[in-house]
Amino acid sequence: MIKEIKIIQHNGKQFIPDLTKTEVPYPFRGRPEISNEKVDQKALQNCCPMAAISVNPVSINLAKCNFCGECAFRFPEKVKFTNDHRLATNKIKNLLVKEGENHKIELDQSAIEKKIKTVFGRSLKLRQVSAGGDNSCEFELNACGNANFDMGRYGIEFVASPRHADGVVVTGPVSENMAEALRITWDAVPAPKLFILCGVDAISGGIFADSAALNRSLLKNVKVDLYIPGNPPHPLTIINGLLNLIK
Amino acid sequence: MGSENKKYAVLKNNGSVGTAEIPVLSYNEFSSEVVTLLQKKENHCVTYFAFPEVNGLKFIAGIAEDTNHNIFVLSHFLPETKPQKLESLTPKINALHIFEREIHETHGVDFPGHPWLKPVRFAHNRANKSMKVNDYPFYTIESDELHEVGVGPVHAGIIEPGHFRFICNGENVLHLEIQLGWQHRGVEQTMLEKQTLLQRNIVAESVAGDTTIGHSLAFAGVMESLAGIEIKTQLDVERAVALELERIAVHTADISSLCTDVAYNLGANIFGILRTLIINFTQSWCGNRLGKSMIRVGGTNFPFTNENRIRLFKTLSEYEKQFVELAHLTYRLPSVENRFDDIGTVSEQQALQIGTVGMAARMANVLRDIRATHPSPAYEKYNYTPVVLPKGDVFSRFLLRRKEIKQSIAWLREVMDNEEFLFPSDTPKAELKLKPLSLAISLVEGWRGEICHTALTGNEGKLAYYKIKDPSMHNWKALELSLRNLEISDFPINNKSYNLSYCGFDL
Ligand code: SF4
Repeated sequence: MIKEIKIIQHNGKQFIPDLTKTEVPYPFRGRPEISNEKVDQKALQNCCPMAAISVNPVSINLAKCNFCGECAFRFPEKVKFTNDHRLATNKIKNLLVKEGENHKIELDQSAIEKKIKTVFGRSLKLRQVSAGGDNSCEFELNACGNANFDMGRYGIEFVASPRHADGVVVTGPVSENMAEALRITWDAVPAPKLFILCGVDAISGGIFADSAALNRSLLKNVKVDLYIPGNPPHPLTIINGLLNLIK
Repeated sequence: MGSENKKYAVLKNNGSVGTAEIPVLSYNEFSSEVVTLLQKKENHCVTYFAFPEVNGLKFIAGIAEDTNHNIFVLSHFLPETKPQKLESLTPKINALHIFEREIHETHGVDFPGHPWLKPVRFAHNRANKSMKVNDYPFYTIESDELHEVGVGPVHAGIIEPGHFRFICNGENVLHLEIQLGWQHRGVEQTMLEKQTLLQRNIVAESVAGDTTIGHSLAFAGVMESLAGIEIKTQLDVERAVALELERIAVHTADISSLCTDVAYNLGANIFGILRTLIINFTQSWCGNRLGKSMIRVGGTNFPFTNENRIRLFKTLSEYEKQFVELAHLTYRLPSVENRFDDIGTVSEQQALQIGTVGMAARMANVLRDIRATHPSPAYEKYNYTPVVLPKGDVFSRFLLRRKEIKQSIAWLREVMDNEEFLFPSDTPKAELKLKPLSLAISLVEGWRGEICHTALTGNEGKLAYYKIKDPSMHNWKALELSLRNLEISDFPINNKSYNLSYCGFDL
């Protein structure tokens, strides 16, 4: 017993006291900012491996961006990645970062039904489905529950059965082979329920967007309640996104 | 290049060869050569695949010779006018079973003599599309006494999908069969379809997110080889540092999750916290906790600076102090020992027979470790001594992680004591000109085991074929064997003790 107590003592306090206020240190790449600097727009656009950059005005679509940082390496005067990890939103258009506009990415609170806040505000149980995920978003979703982040303190937990769940968190570009299992899981969750896309692969297909091995048809028929960009998103991005949705 | 007997080309790890220099053998010669080579204990098959060429299928087999650091590349051509039928080599060399199944699934080639050419992953570009992922032909036993338990594809918890089918006699598992394929995203096809180097690099990073460094290193290895770029040893050392950090991080997390499964909360929590230390270091180096964007071809955007070195020293000593204290207690707990000891044993003979690699081999007395047997320049300069354990049970897999963490830390310390990171490494190459009509193979010892990437170029140096092999390709079979004659409730600890990749297998 004494040994155990010593171990706990040596480990010290590891949990992050306030997850809504903590910042992730650089060189973490969070929300990008695009200056008004004039650069070779074509070259900037072409350097992006994910076709996330469009021009006139220059903008980065975080639904497609995988935060590789290439644009910022090539055009440091034009693109800068801040360490702002608050990237999740419920409106896909909010994921478009335009040049000269350096505002935060937020949720459109007016679009969230009141019921969501009252029913899930203090207890949210989620079912996770990996549909072709590469195990990186899954890795960070797991980390959300560890002793550092301890998302459970807000009543947010992952559960084993869709019948016990209030929503589904999808990771991966939705492989053809998982499409049906995902639909069955979603149908099994009782209403009101949330549909959450976690990671660039889930939001847009990511680097696999053009692959013939996907089947993203379910996504056309379901209203998405939260987009969590990143490859993978940082646990703080995930947790703050969820909190802003239900609190 | 050419070997004396001219039956095969001989490569070193990360080497390349003109495809014209690989002798094309008749299937008779090819199979007798492959079988003769693989009957020697020092050899094992690292890759075996077929790809379409004009008028037929070209077969490539890569056989690694561990004693002399060689990789033999053998080839064979099957014209489309001939019956698409080749005598199976699996009865002689069991480890080839999965490769033949894969070739059968992709190209429709029949292998008479193969015990059962089951689908591997229901790949989108499979030859026979009439069979869907739900139609997998499971092995069954007719009996009134037995029952089957099916689990998945969606599991309890945050974990990738796969279907496990147990045949049980009461609580006792007679047979477990694992069906994968749910995660198939068309990785190899995407690799060919994407045109820029960076896009392909990102595909490699996405093969398996928990092995981001491992797979992207293998990718960089084949690309640099095909482009004829010699990277500086210092860059290879920096990459190996990232690789060892990935190993330490995942091993620590696996120890933590094994503690969870025996309800040892102190271990589960604190090992989990210790992993955070390591991945946060990786983030402070490259901006991403999993090392995405760290590995680029021909150079790096995140040189390992002296400041990194100082911080890594600090991180490691903080980690090690706590790890040792906790491990000292955990590994002696009677409740842990009782639960893990003598359970889920895979014998040395079985491990060899099914061709296990990496940890799944080393826990069963089989030395398979690319860092020692086919070292990259970093491991040539700073030798790594593999850890091998004799027993092959859950406890061995649990213990192996602890020992490998210790070994990796010692290796990292040696590097940081001796390597002078005076000049920052080069920046990455934007585009490459690849040698035309060539083949390159890269082997990397990821934390799970041997990763093999093979790339072939066509005329004008265009990428013609890309083959990826995750260690899980072999090792899932070991989990199936582990479960025989255990109770079904022993599945979770066995599963976690391997922690195999679904997406790396499904591609
Ligand atoms: S960081 Fe995003 S926008 Fe920039 S190049 Fe990479 S994927 Fe494109």
